[in-house]
Amino acid sequence: MNENDRNRMKELLQKALPPMEGEPERDLWPAMLRRLDASSAAPRIINRTWLDWALLAGLVAYAALFPASIPVFLYYL
Amino acid sequence: MGNGSSGVLDHFRRGSPEAFEAAFETLFRLHQRAVYGWILRIVRNPSAAEDLTVETFWHIHQAHARFEPAHGFEGWARRIATRAALDWLRARRPESELPPDLPAPAAADPAISAEIRRKTALAFERLPAKLRIAAILAVVEELPQKDVAAALGISVTAVKLRIFRALRLLRKDLATQGITP
Repeated sequence: MNENDRNRMKELLQKALPPMEGEPERDLWPAMLRRLDASSAAPRIINRTWLDWALLAGLVAYAALFPASIPVFLYYL
Repeated sequence: MGNGSSGVLDHFRRGSPEAFEAAFETLFRLHQRAVYGWILRIVRNPSAAEDLTVETFWHIHQAHARFEPAHGFEGWARRIATRAALDWLRARRPESELPPDLPAPAAADPAISAEIRRKTALAFERLPAKLRIAAILAVVEELPQKDVAAALGISVTAVKLRIFRALRLLRKDLATQGITP
């Protein structure tokens, strides 16, 4: 893809996706308070830690069994 | 995004619980519009941008002890907001149709038909999220590449590479649909 192609693609993208600007339609502080209340009411550290380790172990095992998948994982990181 | 005063930032980082909560509210009210605006540029969905703004400030609340006042609040908040928006883009499946609230271009170019713009937008949604986010910020929003790099936590060279890959993949996708820009 040369410089002209890139410039045409940029132009097309700008036409297809015009810039967005805006402000929230409401004060988000009440929603923030609800989010903080919900997180303090439901401690999930143990479960989450367990899930993280399980996913990591699965990923390592998969990479060990199928080394060819490592570049694919790296691509999507 | 403007910086909060140093007193507020100090209380936010290591104040008493009461002082911390007051500082957090001050910072939230000071920066919520800017954070929302930044996220909106990436996700292009007002409702999701509101939710992600709250989610961003929740992460900020949880991570306050790691905040470095010397580096400024705005850049830190922007990086956290960018990560939240990136996670949202990754979790969202490409849509077969565009959302109805997608804004129309300010001045439609007669040389580029509405159908081509629609197909381009859909093809763009099919790109990997990390390429999309770099292209949205640097190409669509025309932000300086160093600002995009700082928000994504990568180098300017990596931003350029992601933009290049995004445009190349988009061109290939459009070519398979018979569209040659």
